[in-house]
Amino acid sequence: MSLPHWSYVAMLAFCLVGTLPLVVLFRLGVLRQPTRLVLTILAGGVPFLVWDLYATSAGHWRFDADQTLPWRVADLPLEEIGFFVVIPLVSVLTFESVRAVAARRRQELG
Amino acid sequence: MTYTAICVVAVLAVVVLDRWVARTRLTSTRTWWTAYAIIVFFQLLTNGWLTGRGIVRYDPDTIIGSGDVTFVGDGRLVYAPVEDLAFGFALVLTTCVAWVWLGRRTVERTP
Repeated sequence: MSLPHWSYVAMLAFCLVGTLPLVVLFRLGVLRQPTRLVLTILAGGVPFLVWDLYATSAGHWRFDADQTLPWRVADLPLEEIGFFVVIPLVSVLTFESVRAVAARRRQELG
Repeated sequence: MTYTAICVVAVLAVVVLDRWVARTRLTSTRTWWTAYAIIVFFQLLTNGWLTGRGIVRYDPDTIIGSGDVTFVGDGRLVYAPVEDLAFGFALVLTTCVAWVWLGRRTVERTP
């Protein structure tokens, strides 16, 4: 597989590299609540994955075979399924980081 | 249904979820909107990558724009259909609602 095939994966990696350090930086407890996190990713990701499956089959959008990895599950690239794990994770980490900053600020002012 | 129509329904449904079903009311908080402002910036970058490079391509009959991939205009923002912003908003808000709602109910707590 040539480099362009990794284009979608590169985007997912960029998202993770940009947000996982927040766990350390803001001492987030997100990863220490695995049940809550897994359920959250399922609750957030699954409905939109279903939407994606419908939209792909209805032809709303399609994926470039030259810029995605060759494997497909239900006609979706593996990376597209990965999107619905990565984006919910990124959302929670960003949200909790903002919460941590806000809490710290309240502490300083209080 | 077009992508546009599903997006409108999805955004409305998720706001209803936040305000009346789960009653998390995140859309009334500065914290959530601050987080969303940060997320949407990166969403524009990543959507721009996916659509600008043509990794994901759209049927023009199902979006507001004509299908021409342009930086701004013709229903596009940083190359992506504006509908992608709605999809992203709904996904991010659903996720944060679930996270907060579950946090009020699970025995797991941040030490």
